[in-house]
Amino acid sequence: MKITVCVKQVPDTGTDRELRQDDSTVAREAADAVINELDEFAIEEGLRLAEKHGGEVTILSMGPERATESVRKALAMGADRGVHVCDPALHGSDALVTSAVLAAALSRDGFDLVVLGAESTDARTGILAAMLAERLGVAQLSFASRVEADGQLIRVRRLADYGYDLVEASLPAVVSVVEKINEPRYPSFKGIMAAKKKPVQVLALADLGLTEAEAGLGASVTEVTGFSKRPPRQAGTISADEGQGGIGAADFLAARKFI
Amino acid sequence: MPEILVLAEHDGATVKKVTTELLTLARGIGEPAVVWTGPGAEAAAGRLAEFGAAKVYVAAGADFDDYVVAPKAELLARLAAGGHPGAVLVAATQEGREVAGRLAVKTGWGVLTDVTGLSADLTAEQQVFGGAITVQSRARSEVPIIAVRPGAVAAEPAQAPGPAVVEEVEIAVSDAARAARVTERVHEERGSRPELTEAAVVVSGGRGVGSGENFGLIEHLADALQGAVGASRAAVDAGWYPHQFQVGQTGKTVSPQLYVAVGISGAIQHRAGMQTAKTIMVINKDQEAPIFELADYGVVGDLFDVVPQLTDEISRRGQEG
Repeated sequence: MKITVCVKQVPDTGTDRELRQDDSTVAREAADAVINELDEFAIEEGLRLAEKHGGEVTILSMGPERATESVRKALAMGADRGVHVCDPALHGSDALVTSAVLAAALSRDGFDLVVLGAESTDARTGILAAMLAERLGVAQLSFASRVEADGQLIRVRRLADYGYDLVEASLPAVVSVVEKINEPRYPSFKGIMAAKKKPVQVLALADLGLTEAEAGLGASVTEVTGFSKRPPRQAGTISADEGQGGIGAADFLAARKFI
Repeated sequence: MPEILVLAEHDGATVKKVTTELLTLARGIGEPAVVWTGPGAEAAAGRLAEFGAAKVYVAAGADFDDYVVAPKAELLARLAAGGHPGAVLVAATQEGREVAGRLAVKTGWGVLTDVTGLSADLTAEQQVFGGAITVQSRARSEVPIIAVRPGAVAAEPAQAPGPAVVEEVEIAVSDAARAARVTERVHEERGSRPELTEAAVVVSGGRGVGSGENFGLIEHLADALQGAVGASRAAVDAGWYPHQFQVGQTGKTVSPQLYVAVGISGAIQHRAGMQTAKTIMVINKDQEAPIFELADYGVVGDLFDVVPQLTDEISRRGQEG
């Protein structure tokens, strides 16, 4: 099975994240950069499927030069090769443009299965899997909390508000995974050493048959027109429980007409 | 006035609250037309009209239930191509966002997700980085696709509602949209509680709750307030509560009228999912817990004392009132 896992490098959620004053894009230099959390589950799931059913795992990432660190980390976990789409013209691409670029890269190399995290911790749109499936004309098996492959058939548990749906499709397909689907492995020392020798192909827009006019802020159909730090909430009433804490809380709820 | 397409969320009989919120927003930018898939439209038309729907497009086929997301996007694309909508509004639920994403690819229109406010000139407001930054954004395309966070906007009935005209739509869903087939829908027990993203009140438990068994305390308080139960990532990771109830960055984002955080420290992971709640109550024994920064009302105390006392008191006052 030819598996491609899409990986995004994002600012660490534990650090102070900011937007740039000049173009309102994510200030990627200002924070530590890490693999998007949910993508680690995607990498693990891709590796497990390849281990079980045979096949190769490719890591596909779009991002600035620094994103190569994330590709290497995924290779250290055990993936076979990397593709890094890196072009200054990509800066500021919105979800629609990003999906076009990733779809072009996926079509170029071919795939049986694309795996990605259900959403990124920076943009949090949660729509890339749907967009990729639409662009590639393949099945969308998103928000999966369990994945089972069986020959040409793939089945997932799709998380729902009321529980989950069982969804199945024939390959090729796009799968997005939620957290806790597995326990992502840590790269071993051997894995880290091996990753240094694994191939990472760096592609520019032209390599994908795309032009600068089709990428980046200019091509994006959404724009940020302004932003501001959210003002801190007005300080509330905090009191220590001295035996009547629950009663005080009930008084507050009554005053606000919740009870 | 341009037609505003509003994708309804419903359970086959009842309109979800978020759909009435979308209609409230849609009235401010044009004439709302609901897009309804599956059964139940006739019965719901009155309620939809009450919130300003002038039209209800109904596509009744089973394809919308049998296949994931794609058929709904096809339907919206068809309706959008036929009319000239001023905007397409969906709920920023998992499915609503995905429908929006596929529609964006089909049409080339810009999609704004998790919107918490919308002005008459179609500028949207979003909360990013765990609610630390408020962003104003726009779609540059002729028609914006806007996914609105449930609970972020108050639903208000229209002042002078007319009837909603129900119009059946015949659509043959393509084979491509039938690639991912739903073989079973599994409903996990949540009692009679409202859905997490729909609920006006959410009571969430975290690490401090200590065990799955102790989540009974959280459930009792939620039931006394007729609310939904949520859980922090720490509680879900520990296996105390199922994942679909997780509130936070990698779980659900909620925007209820009242959010009660019990035994939750308030890491950014959690705050990202609840920061836009209108009123926040915190019960935690650690007075240094960052969640107190968000509290309108906080009790520093042992949740095993405070929560049962609060639950009993609510029940007692309910009986008296």
